[in-house]
Amino acid sequence: MNSSTSLSFLARCRRSRSFMVGGVMTGFLLVCAAVSLFWTPGSAYDISIANRFLPPSSTHWLGTDQFGRDIVSMLMTGTQNSIAVAVVAVSIGLAVGVSLGLLAAARRGWTEELIMRFSDFSFAFPAILSAIMITAILGPGGVNSILAIGLYNIPVFARLVRGTANAIWTREFVMAARASGKDRFRITFEHIMPNILSIIIVQATILFAIAILAEAALSYLGLGTQPPHPSWGRMLNEAQALMFLDPWQAIYPGIAIATAVFGLNLLGDGLRDVLDPRLSRKR
Amino acid sequence: MPLLNVTGLSVTLSTADGAARAVRDMNFSLEKGETLGIVGESGCGKSITALALMGLLPERSETTGKIEFNGENLLQKPETEMCALRGNRMAMIFQEPMTSLNPVHTIGRQVMEPLRLHKNMTRAEAKAEAVRLLDRVGIPNPQERLGNYPHQLSGGQRQRVMIAMALSCSPDILIADEPTTALDVTIQDQILELIQSLVREEDMALILISHDLGVISENTDRIMVMYGGAAVETGPTETFFEALSHPYSQGLFAAMPKLGMGRTSRLMTIPGVVPDLINLPSGCTFTDRCPLATAECRNSAPPLRQLTAGHNVACYHLDKARTMKAEGLFA
Repeated sequence: MNSSTSLSFLARCRRSRSFMVGGVMTGFLLVCAAVSLFWTPGSAYDISIANRFLPPSSTHWLGTDQFGRDIVSMLMTGTQNSIAVAVVAVSIGLAVGVSLGLLAAARRGWTEELIMRFSDFSFAFPAILSAIMITAILGPGGVNSILAIGLYNIPVFARLVRGTANAIWTREFVMAARASGKDRFRITFEHIMPNILSIIIVQATILFAIAILAEAALSYLGLGTQPPHPSWGRMLNEAQALMFLDPWQAIYPGIAIATAVFGLNLLGDGLRDVLDPRLSRKR
Repeated sequence: MPLLNVTGLSVTLSTADGAARAVRDMNFSLEKGETLGIVGESGCGKSITALALMGLLPERSETTGKIEFNGENLLQKPETEMCALRGNRMAMIFQEPMTSLNPVHTIGRQVMEPLRLHKNMTRAEAKAEAVRLLDRVGIPNPQERLGNYPHQLSGGQRQRVMIAMALSCSPDILIADEPTTALDVTIQDQILELIQSLVREEDMALILISHDLGVISENTDRIMVMYGGAAVETGPTETFFEALSHPYSQGLFAAMPKLGMGRTSRLMTIPGVVPDLINLPSGCTFTDRCPLATAECRNSAPPLRQLTAGHNVACYHLDKARTMKAEGLFA
């Protein structure tokens, strides 16, 4: 029985076009990031004024920037940076937000009220404003931008999880579980979590894309990743002044950001189709 | 000392429209091995009574009175102690077998859980016991079925699994809330028979809740008819239909389709609707639908009075109700 279930899971993956396209795009970025850990075609850090603004060639596939750094290498290392920031930021949101949401749904009453009003409160500030506020207080830098994006993710997860968990709590099998003597803690982990897992995974994928975008935005504003570490957002910032001199400098990191965000959104969409229990029951 | 002794049980649910008095002043007791049938229309408080016994009422509710189980008042027990009782000493079967099992876990896991939780069994012990239980409730090939998910089973089979789960720890009392309502008529009898034989085998007490007087009369020792959140008539099943007197019970009985009834004859109905639990009428709650109602009925609620041994009825006009029984009160 189990093998037929996993087989049809794979079949559903293959059938979902957005899952496949999104998966390939995201996979490509992951490979770039992984490869850049130990190899890049040139150097993303070494400044060589003599080699500035080189056109694409066999040594510099996409040319060099105004300091003579290899653009492909910078993009690859930037992928690593973007993914690292997004992974940690989404993890913060997942860990804290999902816990808060589950707690709110399990306890109801004033606990739920408190958590939800806290979420409303943090939602009242535009994301970029609160990120600027946090980096203004703690100082700009990679770690603080992770923190700012992570904090923004907490109420997103808390709200989603609380809403979907509340719906599961009203289901009959939860009542049956309570009648068999399980306490709220056990029910949360054995019955609520597995039933909302797919929704959490889809949301995490979408927020992953938003985190990459946010990191780029913060770095563009000079609040995120600091030089000399390459970042897509900072590359955009540096390219801005050279817009009319060498527009490609801005287009490359732009394409990288767009690929990441588009790919992850497609993947999230596809995952929704693949993981949706209502679709899977129809087979 | 009876196994279960309920005195003055009242439940008030707070709703958006106001406080709904779902159960009012219920009194009954249950001995070991005894079966009680609770019958009544939808919304008469049957299920709320069952949930109150299990301590599973929604948070926005108030329960007063006493529920003594093995001599201990359940209403004063903290939640942790209730969790240790539920599924262990007292168990419940629900109406909807299609949704009462968690779709993401296997049957085996769900049957094993109460055993591991309450009996501290190891995986292997629980698994062996689960196979035995599934076999006992009539699931073919129980060993293979352990790995199945709920959607791979039919409604009747799922209800069998639910029964296996409920009986896994051999509880003292089993509450079955409309266990066959969602099933095919052919399956209904099988499931009721299964519950009956298991209850007798283990000498369990059973509370069977149904809106079907036929189901109740075939499967219980004692019957309690509920209306508008209160018991209106109660008595031993054997003599219940002979002694049956309350106008509502009469109506309920007359509304049952009977064998040999011509296909042109219409089913009898009780005119009117169930009372609004938020604005209950004063006095007897059946007044608005009762052909015998008088000013007295509107002024004060009749108490349960003994008619014959063990048979109690809450009505002021018993004599009149009984004389009119032959010709049909609602004819």
